[in-house]
Amino acid sequence: MVFTKFVEVGRVVLINYGPLCGKLATIINVVDSNRVLIDGPEETTGVKRQVINIKRITLTDIKVTIGVQARAKSLKKALADADFENKWKESALARKLEMRRKRLEMNDFDRFKVMLAKKAKAKAVKKKFQELKASA
Amino acid sequence: MGYKHYSVVGRKAPTDSDPTPQLYRMQIFAPNKVTAKSRFWYFLHQYKKMKKTTGEILSVNEIHEKNSNVVKNYSITLRYNSRSGTHNMTKEFRDVTLVGAVTQLYQEMAGLHRARAPSIQIISTAILPAKDCVRASVKQFHDGKIKFPITHRRPRVESRRWKKTFAPHRPTTFVG
Repeated sequence: MVFTKFVEVGRVVLINYGPLCGKLATIINVVDSNRVLIDGPEETTGVKRQVINIKRITLTDIKVTIGVQARAKSLKKALADADFENKWKESALARKLEMRRKRLEMNDFDRFKVMLAKKAKAKAVKKKFQELKASA
Repeated sequence: MGYKHYSVVGRKAPTDSDPTPQLYRMQIFAPNKVTAKSRFWYFLHQYKKMKKTTGEILSVNEIHEKNSNVVKNYSITLRYNSRSGTHNMTKEFRDVTLVGAVTQLYQEMAGLHRARAPSIQIISTAILPAKDCVRASVKQFHDGKIKFPITHRRPRVESRRWKKTFAPHRPTTFVG
């Protein structure tokens, strides 16, 4: 039980509830133990500066260097400096969400193709396993 | 229930002997205009010989926070009637709006002192700089490098629409 992500100024968070669900924002200030002030900024992620309950956010691995109550301009610069877009795309959480989205968008035929691909993969794995087993 | 900040202006109804009575303005925290007007008369009749039946309200305007994007320390001085007497106290809250702090105040007074809204009178409010804050509950957040984990979380579906009553598995509440 070691915590690696913290509620802190500069922490990039994912909103997981409500109308802004799925959007990213950055913690600008900590209001109290339950609420934080976040900002997208709006032109980057579409999240206006606002107070949000901690229950409605998921902490990500990304942290940028900003001051308390940083302005939108310096936040935007800090996010760009930290290469935030690429970091986010490569993160496990983003990949998981992307995968979930893809699965959700699949139609019946796509699922059928996945079934076939899975079968082909299982067959190949089994064949290789038997080979190794025989040689061992 | 969210509180709102009203500016209420009222006076005695004009009569032939006094065609232009003295105006009184008061800042009131109330959930709506109706309550605001009611509280205006309640507070005013304690100071002046005036009452609703012989007076009139000229305007009730809501006051909005100028900058609701900055976290501030609000200090609120109040007086309330407990079951055994009347007490004065000053409380501090962190919020981005005054009405937010006032709403917190009413919640806290109900929770800690069992005092309901009608028995609470807000005397004054102020925005304090960090150095003037007294309460530990507020001061603990005066740290630019403050950092704390979320120790326990219940995974939540993104909207109430998808909420289920029963789940097949216990949720994972630890998120490092």
